Amino acid sequence: MNLAFGFPLGQAGNAPHLPGSLRAEPRLSRWLRFSAEGYVEVTPGKVEIGQGIVTALAQIAADELDVTLARVRIRAASTPGSPNEGVTSGSLSIQESGIAIRHACAEARALHLALAARRAGVPADRLQVEDGTFLRPDGVAAGSYWEQAEAVPLEVEARGDVAPKAAASRRLAGSSAPRLDLPDKVFGRPRYLHDMRLPGMLHARVVRPPARAAALLECRDGPLPGDARVLRDGHFLAVVASEEWAAEAAAARVAARARWDTRESLPDERDLAAWLDATPAQGSEVARHEEPAPGAAHLVSARFLRPFLAHGSIGPSCAVARWRDGGLEVWTHSQGIYNLRADLVTVLGLQAERITVRHVEGAGCYGHNGADDVALDAALVARAYPGRPVRVLWSRAEELAWSPHSPAGLIDIEAAVDAGGMLCRWRAVLRGNGHSSRPGRAKDPTLLSAALLDPPFAWPVAIDAPMAGGGGGQRNAVPGYRVPSLDVSMHRLLEMPLRSSALRGLGALLNVWATESVMDELAESSGQDPVAFRLRHLEEDPRGAAVLREAAAMCGWPGAAGADGVGTGIAMARYKNTGGWCAVAAEVEAAEVVRCRRLWIAADVGEAINPDGVINQIEGGAIQATSIALKEAVRFDRLNVTSDSWDTYPVLRFSEVPAVEVRLIGPRDAPPLGAGEPSMGPTIAAIAGGIHAALGIRPRQLPFTPDLLAAAME
Amino acid sequence: MAVAFTLNGAPAVVEAPEGMTLLQALRGPLGLSGPRFGCGQEACGCCYVTLDGEPRPSCALPAQAAAGRRVVTVEGLGSPEQPHPLQAAFLAEQAGQCGYCLSGILISAAALLAREPDPDEVAVRAALEPHLCRCGAHNRMIRAVLRAARMMREEERA
Repeated sequence: MNLAFGFPLGQAGNAPHLPGSLRAEPRLSRWLRFSAEGYVEVTPGKVEIGQGIVTALAQIAADELDVTLARVRIRAASTPGSPNEGVTSGSLSIQESGIAIRHACAEARALHLALAARRAGVPADRLQVEDGTFLRPDGVAAGSYWEQAEAVPLEVEARGDVAPKAAASRRLAGSSAPRLDLPDKVFGRPRYLHDMRLPGMLHARVVRPPARAAALLECRDGPLPGDARVLRDGHFLAVVASEEWAAEAAAARVAARARWDTRESLPDERDLAAWLDATPAQGSEVARHEEPAPGAAHLVSARFLRPFLAHGSIGPSCAVARWRDGGLEVWTHSQGIYNLRADLVTVLGLQAERITVRHVEGAGCYGHNGADDVALDAALVARAYPGRPVRVLWSRAEELAWSPHSPAGLIDIEAAVDAGGMLCRWRAVLRGNGHSSRPGRAKDPTLLSAALLDPPFAWPVAIDAPMAGGGGGQRNAVPGYRVPSLDVSMHRLLEMPLRSSALRGLGALLNVWATESVMDELAESSGQDPVAFRLRHLEEDPRGAAVLREAAAMCGWPGAAGADGVGTGIAMARYKNTGGWCAVAAEVEAAEVVRCRRLWIAADVGEAINPDGVINQIEGGAIQATSIALKEAVRFDRLNVTSDSWDTYPVLRFSEVPAVEVRLIGPRDAPPLGAGEPSMGPTIAAIAGGIHAALGIRPRQLPFTPDLLAAAME
Repeated sequence: MAVAFTLNGAPAVVEAPEGMTLLQALRGPLGLSGPRFGCGQEACGCCYVTLDGEPRPSCALPAQAAAGRRVVTVEGLGSPEQPHPLQAAFLAEQAGQCGYCLSGILISAAALLAREPDPDEVAVRAALEPHLCRCGAHNRMIRAVLRAARMMREEERA
């Protein structure tokens, strides 16, 4: 999420002229403080979700302060200990948190140098900073951040009048510093929330209903392992034990003893298009302009459909909660601790000041997974055991089947080129559930178990951020190519049979694939090379043209005709139309199944704080997108999600992972644009193009499995 | 019932009631954090340990089945002071993102290199096939395993 959408203001008020998240929280002390012991503590509101943000933010701070990386300690976010930066999502952490930290550090440095200069009797601009020590022109030390830690108050608001270092004089930002979190992870040391052990901690498991629409009728008594006990709160059913094995074993027994009234509430998974078409929706315009355009010479009209998708975190969601003295402490791997707190306030009827939420790392989440939901689960159990910390760990089935899902959707595109082979018209109509059920944004909570309480809370139907906030379902539905007549609209469903929310890339997964497929088809029908055709429409977007040219060069586009059943596709997009540019070429081999053998990726994300981290993110996004393209779909019957294991929700495995080459191009001194998501849409689109090159068919439905491709051939 | 086995080279005894898995014993009373819970169905590889040198999932194996055997977890491979070549290579290649899958992957990679000092890329992929990584750090991990194999062969020659 970003500043433009649902971003709360800091206590100090709004400061629209300040850069990044300083806008919401201008007080310097909220971002950093120096210790007399020789380190600086930095307190971002963004959180580590496996993307390497902790390292990148530390690099930014160290660079701006002129200290070594070892002196920077990034403190995990907490309420109220860190600024409220909304949600860690949308490839925005460098733009929002990184830029705030850069400017806050620049101002803090200036305040310190001013004092040191007064004390030393030299102008501030004559002082050098060497690993936090201020040096006079004669080389004599004139204080340090550490010595002045108490003397320079940072309880002041940023003024916005101190320029950070010029790009050329940064030493750490722009270098591939090793990740600070990785050593713990390769040595198996406790680092994840899952590893947290508190004295007297209880273990709990939730027993989920056998259907989405279900009421608990009864739970028969019976023996349970160890000291396990049953907890019932409305229709929320859980087991609690001192030892984890007992909680786990008890959950299985209680599930078998519980009797539920169930009702069919899910659509027909085999005909998602019919369900999407028939469900009431709220229509809105996404973009529209009408300039004089020549007549259409070649027309393409196509419908693209995608299924529900799961985040598939490798570590199931986990939380620890402790209810004590009428207040609640929660340890969570949520992406938005303040947002989570707001929903906990609503569900539990506590005042916000009575709830402390602390972030601890979890497994990668790739968007809004079960992290927030399990925090409520832990809080509900903890409420029944005051004083005792309670740890809840979801099962694999809960993680795959009960986390929010990325919503199914479709897009109808009708587009045309004129006799000269230029785009003249583009119409697109989107349909699907909204892509956000993030907590803390509505009157009612979005947390899973809130709907099981007595009285129940009704989940708000998922929403889409406006385009100014990056959009949701409509993200990247507006092509980045010049077209005189444009009309893009969306229909957000007003019913939500499956709880839908954000997954890495949001609407860009469907929209970039559909847009780029139509571009390929228009190029083909007008007898143009797909790369040359795109470049003709990117004259006003030189950075977009540059990544496309680079990816084409990397893969040797168009190359010689390959062996039978092998083909290369190429696609590009500027993420959100405002973020990073990425072009991807995919070599596809189509035999009994479709395999992606190689990916060539060129990306321009502006300033790369940690280039190796950027490459890691770009490649990771592309591999996840390959998995989505070739394998993934949430399966369900009329009662419940049935793809609740890795057997029923298969993802890409080591033998299936393509070789990947990533090149970063573009101006390194341009503002940073985020790296986590831009490669995803172009990867799916390039694989679809490769399938066409290999098999001669245009995929119209994700995933590109043999069954669905065979259907497309008929 | 008390179960005795060798854990990372040292004797270990754990009270393991029926129904307790080896993973629960390792993460619970034995206090380790390396082996991770991912699925409980032997389907993702997060919980891998070696049992008498053979890599296998620990999440569905009864703790009692470890009696009298040698169990090695990622903690038994090396330490920050004395890293296993694989751990050094994973750091050198920055082979990971969220890292949740790494403990199990390092175990399978160590077992591979113990039986095959000079594996090719296909052999590395095959050895890691039981493991899921959702972040997409696979190619880095493959490079890291090949790098560790080179390091170990060079050490052997030295």
